[in-house]
Amino acid sequence: MEITKIIIGLEVHIELKTKSKMFCGCPAGHFAKQPNTQTCPVCLGLPGALPVPNKKAIEWTILLGLSLGGEIPKLSQFDRKNYFYPDLPKGYQISQYKNPFSINGSLCLDNDKKIKIKRVHLEEDTAKLLHETVNGEKVSLIDFNRSGVPLVEIVSEPDLNSSDEAKEYLEKLQQLVRYLGISDADMEKGSMRCEPNINLEINEGDKSFFTPIVELKNINSFRFVKKAIDYEIHRQFEEFREKRIEKATGNKQTRGWDEAKQITFLQREKEEANDYRYFPEPDIPPIEWSDEEILNFKFQISSYELPWTKKQRFVDQYGLSDYQTNILTEDRKTADFFEECVRLDKVGVIEIANVIINKRSPEGLSPDQLIGFISASKTTSWNSEKEIEKLIEKLLKEHPEVIEGYKKGKPQALGMIIGLVKKDKNVLVSIDDIIKKIPL
Amino acid sequence: MADKLNQLTLKQAVEGLKEKKFSSAELHQSIIKRINEVEGKIFSFVEIVDKENPKQIEKEGILKGAFFAVKDVLSTKDIRSTASSKILANYVPVYEATVVKKLTDHGAEIIGKTNCDAFAFGASTENSGFGPTKNPWNTTKVPGGSSGGSAAAVAADECLFSLGTDTGGSIRQPASFCSVTGLKPTFGACSRFGLLAMASSFDCPGPIGKTVEDCEIVFDIIKGKDEKDATSVFYPKKKQVKKNLVIGLPKEFFGGGVENEVKNLVSQAAKILEKEGHRLVEISLPNTSLAISVYYILVPSEISSNMARYDGIRFGSNRESFENEVKRRIMLGTYTLESGYFDQYYLKAAKVRNLVKADYLNAFEKVDLILGPVSPTPPFGIGELINNPLKMYLSDVLTVGANLAGIPGLSIPCGFTHDNLPVGLQLLSPHFSEEILFDIGRQFQQITDWHKRKPKL
Amino acid sequence: MARLTKDEIKHIAKLANLKVDDKQSALFAEQLSAVLDYFAQLEKAPTDSVLPLFNVNESKNVFREDKVSPCLTQKECLKNAKSIFNGYFKVKSIF
Repeated sequence: MEITKIIIGLEVHIELKTKSKMFCGCPAGHFAKQPNTQTCPVCLGLPGALPVPNKKAIEWTILLGLSLGGEIPKLSQFDRKNYFYPDLPKGYQISQYKNPFSINGSLCLDNDKKIKIKRVHLEEDTAKLLHETVNGEKVSLIDFNRSGVPLVEIVSEPDLNSSDEAKEYLEKLQQLVRYLGISDADMEKGSMRCEPNINLEINEGDKSFFTPIVELKNINSFRFVKKAIDYEIHRQFEEFREKRIEKATGNKQTRGWDEAKQITFLQREKEEANDYRYFPEPDIPPIEWSDEEILNFKFQISSYELPWTKKQRFVDQYGLSDYQTNILTEDRKTADFFEECVRLDKVGVIEIANVIINKRSPEGLSPDQLIGFISASKTTSWNSEKEIEKLIEKLLKEHPEVIEGYKKGKPQALGMIIGLVKKDKNVLVSIDDIIKKIPL
Repeated sequence: MADKLNQLTLKQAVEGLKEKKFSSAELHQSIIKRINEVEGKIFSFVEIVDKENPKQIEKEGILKGAFFAVKDVLSTKDIRSTASSKILANYVPVYEATVVKKLTDHGAEIIGKTNCDAFAFGASTENSGFGPTKNPWNTTKVPGGSSGGSAAAVAADECLFSLGTDTGGSIRQPASFCSVTGLKPTFGACSRFGLLAMASSFDCPGPIGKTVEDCEIVFDIIKGKDEKDATSVFYPKKKQVKKNLVIGLPKEFFGGGVENEVKNLVSQAAKILEKEGHRLVEISLPNTSLAISVYYILVPSEISSNMARYDGIRFGSNRESFENEVKRRIMLGTYTLESGYFDQYYLKAAKVRNLVKADYLNAFEKVDLILGPVSPTPPFGIGELINNPLKMYLSDVLTVGANLAGIPGLSIPCGFTHDNLPVGLQLLSPHFSEEILFDIGRQFQQITDWHKRKPKL
Repeated sequence: MARLTKDEIKHIAKLANLKVDDKQSALFAEQLSAVLDYFAQLEKAPTDSVLPLFNVNESKNVFREDKVSPCLTQKECLKNAKSIFNGYFKVKSIF
């Protein structure tokens, strides 16, 4: 008996960092705020309150869909997904069912494998639940600050075949939304969440079997993604060996990842008769794009350089290696910083790339300071303990404020130290060594 | 004059105050006095604001001193809003419905909240969690519903006008049963923000008044686009109404289910208008018989979802407190939205809704407005239909069409049966053409005086 | 004839988060069955080429700009709640 295929599909939720919530004017940024201070009748679901959709959130969802190569259907609508849970104030979630904003996209992995993306749709986040014991009684506490924050759901086809692929897919998605500037996509803070659906194809003799699908929840850190999936693969195989239960309608399970115990545990046996009774949201008129509007969205997305395009350009334009470009294009800030340094170039592209990649420079330098830093390092060829001590003594004496500033972490101070070093032609030490010697 | 101030129309009261014929405190006192006299007999109000102190209104505006009653399904800031359901018995909203705010911003003053069927589910006000309102014309009869309290309060001169809501006839039918004037506006003409939703694609807030003129005054203030209601729209500029109109009489509105006395009174009203130079033609709205089914599939479906927020966590008590009719409609709508039945019921009904709407639009190709009865019967007895939901639902047959199509409708008094029960005339016109209804309604009330009659209480 | 069974009524009640006792479910089964029977009249309506009507005034693309507006205070937010604790709404543990 052996596993012949691991089948993984990912549902990823990303909170958009719009100024206001999805359907009301409350602030969308809810991290570390006093509970229930960012609510209004709409996101509290008070009787009579009505939703009005946030234009920016819709535009960003479309941009994300387009950047994943998806189609933008001319007609979209919001639907109500009806179910009861204390974190869902209206007893339904405004989501999209029949006509999402984008369909049929894909994301390419480094091994050139295309992961198909079924749909990208927009919905509202739920409130936050805390589970505590108050006066000896187990209770759940509800904070509605998160209720109604725009949430994009990206649903892949089950095209991923290993935990490594799943992790890479997630990293690429995270990088993409950060490039677009539409979300912090921080798993630890909950602004990015993933729910893998996993099952196995198992071969025995000339027969093949599929294990029941398991949806994994509670994975709230990038570090856990691989561990949780790998554990689940192992568990499903062992369970099949023992019980020989095959995938069937209605036997999908929901399991949670327990980081402390490093296991997945059963949350919901079978898909309970969960009939969401979707129907078109009568409070929000449908959305219909004209050809011009769709063209305009496509024009907008063409003004962004997406991570994979930038990476290819860095290879072509600067002759860097895959390894180097991967790091330099990891986020837009690093890539922009690198290119600004190159623009001021006096020391060479490769040198700049290496200093940034190996983090050889102190943190917080501006591009010209970094160039200065590299030039200074280059002009030094040898050092001696004595030379360094002498220099530090001199600097301490002549410019105590600069050293103090550096100790307090002011980036300008380092620039000044470099300047002073450069002025002193007699000194032939590396800046790195000077820094190490500054008494802290 | 001072002790009859409560009998003034809105227009007379506002003008009288402006001309300083009396003070707002005197007007208030006269209304409170009337409320104290008759509330025990009819029970229009579930909440009365500041019953003791005569109010001198300071706030300026074109409705300064206009004391009005608000149906309890409209959210009023700091005034208990129960939707006449026990589940909200202690709910005091933190925000105001847009239509209420627009009125108070113009100087109008809330006198109290009126009784209705709980959450507006019903056509008799018997489904109120706090007891039924009685018809001021005959207290053994229902005032109609669901805005029964709003209509009874106007009929009994307990306020100058009131706000109701109309999902399937809930303004027009009680107006007809209580012999007052009620307008169901075009869907989207008046904001639903703050209206405790029954069926979101049907609900319309609107005025109930002593005259057509009064309803027009109120409508002109509450209409218009609200940024907080995505389904509200900018109201187009008023058009000039033609002098001689073509009035369509749908044969389906004068069929077997309609009582003869009702038919006769409504036909007489049509003839009065014919004498004024309008032309009467018979038309057909062929899908009228399907309208009730469409309505009672789509509305409970939306209800089942809209009522899900009542979980007792952020407001109200738990779902045990729902009245039977509320539970019944939630159950029905839950069933018709279930994935296995969605196509058969909800989707099918949404398609037939388009056919019903097309009936009206086709009719308006030939006629300027449609005339018929509001209700197939005069007010029925309290308790008569309460245990037969289907029969109760069928009594909405002549009013639900306007809600399915989203068009405006006006109900005006047009006479009394042999045992002195009011009968109302229904006028329907194309989307955003309320001016046609007001024009012809005003004309009718200049010729007739049914609307001036007062019930003996 | 649509005949709702007691079990179906219980299933619907569960989806609707309502508690319905035996007596009530028998009554509802009868009343709702009668209503569903009445709905059967729709079956004959010709709708093959008819689109469903969901938004009666046929407006489209209604949005708001991404602007922040004032919130309720915590006190207002919690004002009508039955049970609160330290600025939170409190319910029986759901775990």
